[in-house]
Formats: sequence, structure tokens, C-alpha cells
Amino acid sequence: MHGLINRAIQRFAEDAHGAELWRAAAEEAQPGLTGFEAMLSYDDALTAAVLAALSRRTGLPVAALLEDLGTYLVRHPATETVRRLLRFGGESYVEFLQSLDELPDRVGLAVPDLRLPAMELRDLGPGTFLLAAAPGWPGFGHVLAGLLRAMADDYGALALVTLLEDGSAGARLSIRVADAAHAEGRRFELAARAPEAAGAP
Amino acid sequence: MNAPRLPDPPVAAGRCEGAAPVALCRAALDALMPMHLVVAPTGHIRACGPTLARLRADCPLPGARLLEAFEFLRPAAPLSLSDLLAAAGRRLSLRFRAAPRTAFKGLIVPLAAGQGALMNLSFGIGAVAAVADHRLTAADFAPTDLTVELLYLVEAKSAAMEEWRRLSRKLEGARSAAEEQALTDALTGLRNRRALEEALGRLIASGQRFGLMHLDLDRFKAVNDSLGHAAGDAVLGAVARALRAEVREEDIAARVGGDEFVLLFPGVTDTARLERLARRIIARIEEPVPFGAQLCRVSASVGVTVSSAYRRPEPERMLRDADEALYAAKRAGRGQARVHRPAPEG
Repeated sequence: MHGLINRAIQRFAEDAHGAELWRAAAEEAQPGLTGFEAMLSYDDALTAAVLAALSRRTGLPVAALLEDLGTYLVRHPATETVRRLLRFGGESYVEFLQSLDELPDRVGLAVPDLRLPAMELRDLGPGTFLLAAAPGWPGFGHVLAGLLRAMADDYGALALVTLLEDGSAGARLSIRVADAAHAEGRRFELAARAPEAAGAP
Repeated sequence: MNAPRLPDPPVAAGRCEGAAPVALCRAALDALMPMHLVVAPTGHIRACGPTLARLRADCPLPGARLLEAFEFLRPAAPLSLSDLLAAAGRRLSLRFRAAPRTAFKGLIVPLAAGQGALMNLSFGIGAVAAVADHRLTAADFAPTDLTVELLYLVEAKSAAMEEWRRLSRKLEGARSAAEEQALTDALTGLRNRRALEEALGRLIASGQRFGLMHLDLDRFKAVNDSLGHAAGDAVLGAVARALRAEVREEDIAARVGGDEFVLLFPGVTDTARLERLARRIIARIEEPVPFGAQLCRVSASVGVTVSSAYRRPEPERMLRDADEALYAAKRAGRGQARVHRPAPEG
């Protein structure tokens, strides 16, 4: 798994559950492991072992951890870069959803060796969407569910995100946008302002 | 500054030889080209797209003379609209005369039947600064415009660069730490001073008896000076081989300076045996070392001490005593070994 993903898991674990818990879980997953480098690649089995160790130590199922990770990526100041890059997807939440099709290509332009599973958004009628993600990243659906809910808040939209399926055939999520302008979203300017620009995952 | 607003006739591009002209209403033009300008034959700006209007909210462009609002760099110093139209279809380079002096790339085409000209602008490579200066949003760009993708890439690239920089700093720190901690002398493959100090500390802490030899090459400087450093390196390599040949598996042979070596012999405190060993080492070191067509000849002097000579052996004291014995050997005529004779301890 790409270092950026592993590093995101590490920062989430440190920020949400404490550096001490992270150190213990990393050591449990692989003796001597202290952290991940965003620009290096790691064995997929190591990522799975880290998640399993985090699950044991937090008492939370891996699925719940991954969903929290999706939320964390959007909401936490430490990963403001991720939120900003996602907001480049569109001016409204619906436009953002429609931009998910091209998210793997966008990510690939920035980090050529990071290939997200392909995603396809189907428009099922007023405010109802079905998002299908290709298999390859176990648990990706849970991350997406947390991320899509947090992005709805970010845009100020009222949306109901339900994970229908996450397994060997990939993930499917249902998104109902009840009110695209439910509340005032967080501000997004195309030009990053200095205080916002800090921190990559 | 505000001229009376002119009626809004549909805009039609000129020079449509053969084909029928396409007429566009202002709303369509605004959507397609939010940074366009319609210029009257007099050279006055008749209308501009919504994004350009945002850039000059406090000083509206419509009504102003095009050449007063913008400074043209290419074509250089045009005096009239017809000078500009002479560059129709080619890339224009221009910027605002008033601050912020945002730069633009432009394209101008004549309108049909002498109605003036239509000019479209873009930020070009200055897009990042322009978007920041004017606090533009994605809605200020046509969906076909790649400026937003450009901004996305710039930001993603900066984040990736920052991660690379962080990784480089970390690796650089790890590299120097590893170098510091490495226990091997890179040139000879013997242990280094750090390794020696650790081994000496361990031996003393374990209470084990041991012998210590301090060896210094004789005439090494002469080889270095006359035949060069490469010859000196060859000699050091030969000395390392000689030491490795004479010591046992459990002994420590370390290079602690340019031509200085320290050897530790766990379990050996028989000074006569150590003296014999030192003479054998010296004899090996005195064998000429071939270097190219030359033969390098060096010798060595050795000072010896043993841990049993001390009630409480200390690393610094033992090294100092071995060093004194070494200099006694040098004074006695080089190529010799001397054992430290302890003053009776109280």
C-alpha cells in the first residue's frame, strides 16, 4: 500500500487515539515499526496488520476505524491539504460527487504511483446517487462513507450516505442529497492562504 | 469614467468568409468566455465578461478606453484598435495599468461590418498569483477552462514536494547518525575508535583481564609524502591484513587515528607473550608493500600494557600508559615494542 495511505492511517491514529497507542500498535504490527513515510511504499499485509492492531487496542472494529479515517481526512486541520484538493472537485456537493469519477486520475497526476480504485457515480433521479468503487482496496467503502459524510458537512449540504456493500466485488454507496444548501459550508478559496496551506497527510 | 451604456446588440465574429456568421447573445458570451471584452470601433470597451468585471469592481472597464485600461507588451505600444487588429489571431500580451498589474494572454478578432473587436483574455502561467490577488473561485472560470486544474496541480505538487523534503531531511539525519554509529573504519575494515572504546568499556565492566597494545607506524609520513596518499592507503591496507593475520577471533584490532592502531587481547596478560606477538606484528608490517612499480617500506613501534597491572583498570589510564610505552619504544630506535612498567600503586 502506498505510503500516503499508511501515513494517513498513522496520523489519524496519533491524532484521534494518541501517540502512545499508535506506537504500541505499530510495534505490535511489526517489531521495530515506528511510523510510515508518505513517499515510500509498503507491503499490503503490513497495512492490514497495523489496522488489526489498532482495532485491538482501540476496541473499535476495523470498519469503524476506516470510516473515522475518512472523516478525519476532511475535518482535521492536519490534513487540510486533502480537504482542499477534494474541494477542487466542484463548487457544490453534487458537483463534488460528480467529480469522483475523475478522482483517481486527479490523484494520479499529483502522485503517479498512487492508484485509487476506479469510481463511477450513477445519477438515480433527484438528489439520489449510487457510487460504485472497483475492488482492490479492502475497506475502501468505509473510508469513502466517512469522507463523503464529512464532505457534505464541508459544503453545507444535508446528505444521507449509506454503505450498501464493501467486499470482494468492490464497494457500493447510496447518497441522498436532501438539501444541497442546508447550512453554510466551510469556506474554500482556490488560492491557498498561508495558514491553511500547512500540513500534508 | 462611466460612459452611457450602449445597447447590447448581438455580437458576431467577423471574417466568416463563406460560412454564415454566428451570432451570440451577451449571456452566451459571458458563459463561454467570462474574461472577454467587446471593443467599439472608437477603442472604448463596450462590455466585458463577469470575471473581468470582478477584477475591476471598483473601476468598471465598460466605458474606459482599452489602451488606457491595459498596457500592451505585444504588440508593443499600439496606438489604436486597428494596430491591435493587425495582430488578430496572434497571441497578445498585456497587463492592467493600475495595481494589481495582473498580466494576461489575449486573442483579438474583428467583429462583422466594422462593429469593433472581440478580445478574450486568460491569466496564463500567472494564474496562481492572479487567483490569489483577486480571490477568484471556480465559478469565475468556464468549465472548459483548465485554470482550476492548474491550481489543483500546483497545490498537489507543493504538498508532494513538502513530503519529499521532509523525507530527505529525515534520511539525511539518519545517514549522519548511522555514520556516527558505524563501528567499522571504512578504509581498512578494522574497527574504529568508537568500536574500540565500546569494547574496552565492556571488557573492563566484565572484570575480564586483557592485554592492550598501542601501535604506531614508523616512516608512514615519508611514504605518504613521497608516493602520495594512494600509496599510504595501500600501506594501511597491508597493515590491516597483517593485524588480522596475527590476532585471534576474539581480539579487537582498531584503527584509531591516521596511522595509529589499538589492539585488545581478552584473557592475555602475559607481557612476554604480548611482546613476542608485537615483534611478529612489526616483522609483518616491515615486509615491503608493492605500490605500482614502487615498494613501500614502513615499520611500527608498539607500547603494551595489561589490565592486571592496575587495581582498578580505567580505559583512559590504560591508553595513556600504552602510549607512554609506545613513545619509549620510539625513543629506543623504532621498530620495537615496550611494555609499560607500572609505578607501585598505593
